[in-house]
Amino acid sequence: MADLRSEFIGIKSPNPFWLASAPPTDKEYNVRRAFEAGWGGVVWKTLGAEGPPVVNVNGPRYGAIYGADRRLLGLNNIELITDRPLEVNLREMTMVKRDYPDRALIASIMVPCEEEAWKAILPRVEETGADGIELNFGCPHGMAERGMGSAVGQVPEYIEMVTRWCKQYSNMPVIVKLTPNITDIRKPARAAKAGGADAVSLINTINSITSVDLDDFAPEPTIDGKGTHGGYCGPAVKPIALNMVAEIARDPETAGLPISGIGGVTTWRDAAEFLALGAGNVQVCTAAMTYGFKVVQEMISGLSDYMDRKGFVSTSELVGRAVPNVTDWQYLNLGYVTKAEIKQDDCIKCGRCYAVCEDTSHQAIDMSADRVFTVKDEECVACNLCVDVCPVECITMRKLEPGETDLRTGETVGGYNNWTQHPNNPSATAAE
Amino acid sequence: MSDSQLTQGIVPGRLDPERYCTNFADHTPPLGAQEARIAADRCYFCHDAPCMEACPTSIDVPLFIRQISTGTPEAAAKTIFAQNILGGMCARVCPTETLCEGACVRMESEGEPVEIGALQRFATDTLMARQSHPFTRAAKTGKSVAVVGAGPAGLACAHGLAMRGHDVTIFDARPKPGGLNEYGIASYKAPGGFAQAEVDWLMQIGGISVVANWELGRKGDGDLGDLLADHEAVFLGMGLSGVNALRMEGEDKDGIVPATEFIAELRQADDLAKLPIGRDVVVIGGGMTAVDAAVQSKLLGALNVTLVYRRSRAQMPASLHEQEHALTHGVRIIENAAPVAIHGNGAVREIEFAYTQEGASGLERTDVTFRLPADQVFKAIGQTLGDMPEKIEVKGGKIVVDGAGRAAPRVWAGGDCTHAGEDLTVTAVAQGRDAAVEIHQFLMEG
Repeated sequence: MADLRSEFIGIKSPNPFWLASAPPTDKEYNVRRAFEAGWGGVVWKTLGAEGPPVVNVNGPRYGAIYGADRRLLGLNNIELITDRPLEVNLREMTMVKRDYPDRALIASIMVPCEEEAWKAILPRVEETGADGIELNFGCPHGMAERGMGSAVGQVPEYIEMVTRWCKQYSNMPVIVKLTPNITDIRKPARAAKAGGADAVSLINTINSITSVDLDDFAPEPTIDGKGTHGGYCGPAVKPIALNMVAEIARDPETAGLPISGIGGVTTWRDAAEFLALGAGNVQVCTAAMTYGFKVVQEMISGLSDYMDRKGFVSTSELVGRAVPNVTDWQYLNLGYVTKAEIKQDDCIKCGRCYAVCEDTSHQAIDMSADRVFTVKDEECVACNLCVDVCPVECITMRKLEPGETDLRTGETVGGYNNWTQHPNNPSATAAE
Repeated sequence: MSDSQLTQGIVPGRLDPERYCTNFADHTPPLGAQEARIAADRCYFCHDAPCMEACPTSIDVPLFIRQISTGTPEAAAKTIFAQNILGGMCARVCPTETLCEGACVRMESEGEPVEIGALQRFATDTLMARQSHPFTRAAKTGKSVAVVGAGPAGLACAHGLAMRGHDVTIFDARPKPGGLNEYGIASYKAPGGFAQAEVDWLMQIGGISVVANWELGRKGDGDLGDLLADHEAVFLGMGLSGVNALRMEGEDKDGIVPATEFIAELRQADDLAKLPIGRDVVVIGGGMTAVDAAVQSKLLGALNVTLVYRRSRAQMPASLHEQEHALTHGVRIIENAAPVAIHGNGAVREIEFAYTQEGASGLERTDVTFRLPADQVFKAIGQTLGDMPEKIEVKGGKIVVDGAGRAAPRVWAGGDCTHAGEDLTVTAVAQGRDAAVEIHQFLMEG
């Protein structure tokens, strides 16, 4: 069995699966259950400043969207940071860390953008024995309107400033949690690095309205007839998160900056994908909130099984392995040609490939009177839509070998040729 | 002590009273909303869907299932009723395993079809529970049509015509409308008076009146000429009123009756505990009527029920699903055997069969015979057309119709009484529905 032990910015944990700062990590009771279930670490639910804690709504805090069989695909929340007194959280963190010294315990913090506020809370957090801190610059609702959370995360200068304070007033490793509610994720990541951050974690939740009550005409979750945007998470946001992680991993200015990957991690495979795109570990929330803490056991066995199959001894062999293959569109090989191929023995004749190709793509699938579906190579642009909609995975893309003729263009498949070299590109540079 | 399963002869009350309720309850309980949602999620929304193709009424199955999955079962019902106004009954009695569900692409991938029949019932029950009718009658045309037979074909035709503004009078030989839905199918397939409820619901379109206890050609009722004199057009959908005889000596002995009679009597019984049934019941035949009679005999408390078919099980008109239904209810099926003699003094006591085999000249009897004890024998070897008026061409015991369902000038026909019938409710509905379109066109052009 592969060794899943993980070391992230010097913080050791028995596996790379941490629970993200969120409702599952709000209390000692939950965190102990999480550790008993096998989680490698937790980021404790975000602490606020000393004094009366924030209050939450007393109506529904979550909204959801579903796939088939009411499988939860996306979750949205309007819950704020911890609504329990700071001292209670700090006391519980101390006790949990004492009892689980091998697990990672990170404190998430969100206090006003004032030096004194950070200076006040950091020593108290350090006293708990926490392994590190995560700066919550991400929450998009409730706190942002008070100048915290994503309101900070959207201003790179603030990120850099606060990060610097944290490095100045504590010895703990600092993780900066980024909001995706911006146009270019590289900017806040660069700011965090400039401020001295040890790592970034992303993504926090995405501004969202999950649904509208069509009788009351109010966004859901609805509180007394009104609704507000919440933070979207769960399997549906994974593609957005993967891209943002990759953007930071391959940005020359932030390359090598450790990343804790967050966003829709539900299975071992999701986690492995984040690691391959450069995340040093992953944080999970919605999967636990959908199925309970036990899901980590599948993540552990699945990742271990995969690593064994690949011959990876440590997760570090996987981390970043796909980053060199993330490129810009202009460098994609236009000389690479594939054609859809339907395995007739496996085809169940549902005709979905035909319907979508005929109606919405390139009319490249033929349907016979007895429902045999075949690809017309002379029309197929290899868009992959048929592969995507086939319910039984009987369609694959066959790569044309150099020398073969692409029946659609009549051209012979050749070598590498990208847009920067393409004759149709006015600013093309001649290929060698 | 009352009678038990062991009592010899044909007697009522073989079972504890409460057993009748459980035995004749809905044999396929309806889907709940949650079950329906999950079942609907399995539909792939196929292109030019094979299930739709397999449905004799061409119901847009993928569309109605998608409507269920998006929380609009009444819209789903309207999709169904637009093609098949008896979609409620068809959801209960269609041999879906050989029609839509048999064609479902999930059969190919996993051997378990989308539960189309159950979903259709979910949708139609939802709309019908409100007793609201989804269609509106067009302005009255002043034309009138006579429909003979208030079964699936006649009702579908009448509805189609009434909806287009014509006045329709349905004439039926039985006291109640519904035809085989009311008198001919197993009780547990449509319990709770569904057949009558469906007729009442269908009639809400307006413009349809029913004349009961009226038989075509019977003295005092009327003949085809009378109908053509009073109406612009006539639709014949009277089904098959007669039954084939065994043509054997002793067929008139007590205890030997057509299976259709037994089923009709059972369907009309107020108290099943009062319905007599034999201890040793033999059903001769291999169609759905034979299965319905055999299973219901068992449910009434018959000790031994044997279904004997002259050919192999693979050749039985009853589907494999129906056969399994019979077997799981304790019916014994004997294949490749034909009756050769009836024994008994006044009433039947035993029936003798010879095994059969396929020979050069078709099915042949062998010399190997056996006897089954029988105090009641149900004949289910096919039904026959009643006497037809002269101007209606009959061939092979069925009314001949052209491609447009026309049997004679101003006369259309559909359902089991025609050579186009398939002994299926859904096919009868399709033919009645299509005849209504033809008749409407004729009336509006003429």
